[in-house]
Amino acid sequence: MKEPKDTRVVVGMSGGVDSSVAAYLLKQQGYDVIGVFMKNWDDTDERGVCTATEDYEDVIRVCNQIGIPYYAVNFEKEYWDKVFTYFLDEYKAGRTPNPDVMCNKEIKFKAFLDHAMKLGADYMATGHYARVKCEDGEYRLLRGKDSNKDQTYFLNQLSQEQLSRVMFPLGDLTKKRVREIAKEAGLVTATKKDSTGICFIGERNFKEFLSQYLPAQPGKMETLSGEVKGNHDGLMYYTIGQRHGLGIGGAGEPWFVVGKDLKRNVLYVEQGFHNDALYSDALIATNVNWISKREKPEQFTCTAKFRYRQPDHPVTVTLLEGGRVKVSYDEPVRAVTPGQAVVFYDGEECLGGGIIDEVYKKEERLEYVG
Amino acid sequence: MERFYLDHAATTPVHPAVIDEMTDVMKHIFGNPSSIHFFGREARKIIDEARTVIAKSLHADINEIIFTSGGTEADNLALIGTAMANKDRGGHIITTRIEHHAVLNTCKMLEKAGFEVTYLPVDQEGRVSVEDVKRSLRDDTILVSIMYANNETGTLQPIREIGKLLSGHQAYFHTDAVQAYGLLPIDVRKSGIDLLSVSAHKINGPKGIGFLYAKEDVKLIPNIYGGEQERKRRAGTENVPAIAGFKKAVEIAEQEKDRKYEYFHDIRTRFIQGLKNENISFRVNGPEKNDVLPQILNVSFPGTNVEQLLVNLDLEGIAASGGSACTAGSLEPSHVLSAMYGKDADEVYNSVRFSFGYGNTLEQTDVITEKIAKIVKRLTEK
Repeated sequence: MKEPKDTRVVVGMSGGVDSSVAAYLLKQQGYDVIGVFMKNWDDTDERGVCTATEDYEDVIRVCNQIGIPYYAVNFEKEYWDKVFTYFLDEYKAGRTPNPDVMCNKEIKFKAFLDHAMKLGADYMATGHYARVKCEDGEYRLLRGKDSNKDQTYFLNQLSQEQLSRVMFPLGDLTKKRVREIAKEAGLVTATKKDSTGICFIGERNFKEFLSQYLPAQPGKMETLSGEVKGNHDGLMYYTIGQRHGLGIGGAGEPWFVVGKDLKRNVLYVEQGFHNDALYSDALIATNVNWISKREKPEQFTCTAKFRYRQPDHPVTVTLLEGGRVKVSYDEPVRAVTPGQAVVFYDGEECLGGGIIDEVYKKEERLEYVG
Repeated sequence: MERFYLDHAATTPVHPAVIDEMTDVMKHIFGNPSSIHFFGREARKIIDEARTVIAKSLHADINEIIFTSGGTEADNLALIGTAMANKDRGGHIITTRIEHHAVLNTCKMLEKAGFEVTYLPVDQEGRVSVEDVKRSLRDDTILVSIMYANNETGTLQPIREIGKLLSGHQAYFHTDAVQAYGLLPIDVRKSGIDLLSVSAHKINGPKGIGFLYAKEDVKLIPNIYGGEQERKRRAGTENVPAIAGFKKAVEIAEQEKDRKYEYFHDIRTRFIQGLKNENISFRVNGPEKNDVLPQILNVSFPGTNVEQLLVNLDLEGIAASGGSACTAGSLEPSHVLSAMYGKDADEVYNSVRFSFGYGNTLEQTDVITEKIAKIVKRLTEK
């Protein structure tokens, strides 16, 4: 085992407080730390300023405060090919993708990790709230100690190889403590607002953004029994379980999106938050990644998340052919949506995950969900 | 860690004699050169002396030197100043695709203002052809701006031939000589140059000072308005200490020009030989031997990527450059190499510029090329 001072760690710096503190802590621990900013998206705001500029300015200030060298690397092409194209394709297919999962898999823990290795790094580090533990020669991904911030959901596609080269310095800390450390250290990003939403869209209007890339086809909103309730602006703008933006008035409980018919370009809506049509009891997931390389039983129980920050649901997982699994939930779950990730846990440990492909109720596929 | 500075085309360390000169002026002479009293006269004298030294270095007249805040401002003044002042004679400007951004972006602004700009291509060595200049000339061409030597590859441009070509034409001839000045003998009269930009910090002078040579008969309007300094061509109280330092830097450069040329040439040759000895695959961008500034060496390393190369070099203590950084830190592909090879060519993405100066030695060169080879080998191994 090398001494920290002989161990080079390349930290992926976004200009936010989390990666700032990650770099700071590693430097405190005596590592040979290098900050690298990733430019994945080329965009200019209304003033003609490149939107990545201000974040990079913060990276410069923080790195100078910490006393580490900083650089930038451009992954615009890789991001476009591997993440954005996937993102658009999923929307075209009427699904709700999770670009962050793909970004971690293809960019942060692949292109960036390769880049870090080319800079002579022993490890790369990020400001994710997650932990890696090596036991019996195997790497395990554990939830971040701050259960409210745990980001293992987005890391479900990582492999042993990737985990063996990753450090998550914030894994044992709460977000509150991270802010405190940033303040104590006087880092300029200490009070910087957390970024929200999908990184390349930022604070902008999602609808407007998407309409630049995909043609919107307005169509009818119908109930599952075929009653027309109004018009929609384009199926891609809606996700299962969504309430806002439907514009259906009238008496009774509010209306929710329950599904889509791509062929007929119809958006299905039903009344009531707990409407039965929103519930499913099983799903099929594809592109399933298991973090452990050990043989799995054909069927086992664990817990699962179907969206980020959802509580865990007890499930039974059945392995199928071709990297697919069937997931049956002990209790029906609301608004399980194709395109999102299903991520499996055993207590503190994240076992892996996949992409939700089909949703079922009582052994019958819910065609209207997609 | 021992650090090696090989980025003298970006900026150079200030010569100790320049520092002495400047601190001396700052300590003792603070007057405003425009003032009519003793203190003003003292300061004014420094500026006049500097102007004399500089004018002589170009075979120009003292009234033809306009001090500016640097090369960028000199380029702006040359282009905008003459374009705006000569609209009645035409609206066409000729430049090249390999100019410094100070020229290119000013041209873009002028295009928005209604001028028409022709951007000439270059050959694979980064040289513009006199034939192309000739073909592009029109009756309404008012300005031709072609750099003396390119800052990324060092390629010398056919300045004298272009000057000759333009001698019978109304168009003014501007050249950005920021990289060439102080090393090459420049004679504005013999070369038919009407306007020429120079920056002090590329020749071991201070930052924030430069000049534009503008031939006596050039019609030029100022870019900066205010007092009547610089014969009404550039307002603002003169940066006296910087001008004093600039003068010193020019004096030193004039004295050491030939010796420096030889020395950089030797380092450059040894550098190339050093890389050859290391058995790595590389290619020199621009001319390998002749018609090139000896302090600039641009090298393509097939199978590498410039961002990884530069960071690795920096981590090994070697400061070099490639392309230009965008505001978000990542490198924009070099417009110069794109013009030479096409924008998708490998060279655009795997080339590094090394540029030499005071402080670089022949002995260092061997250590440096060895380090470079080690990095290149590591980056290209499968």
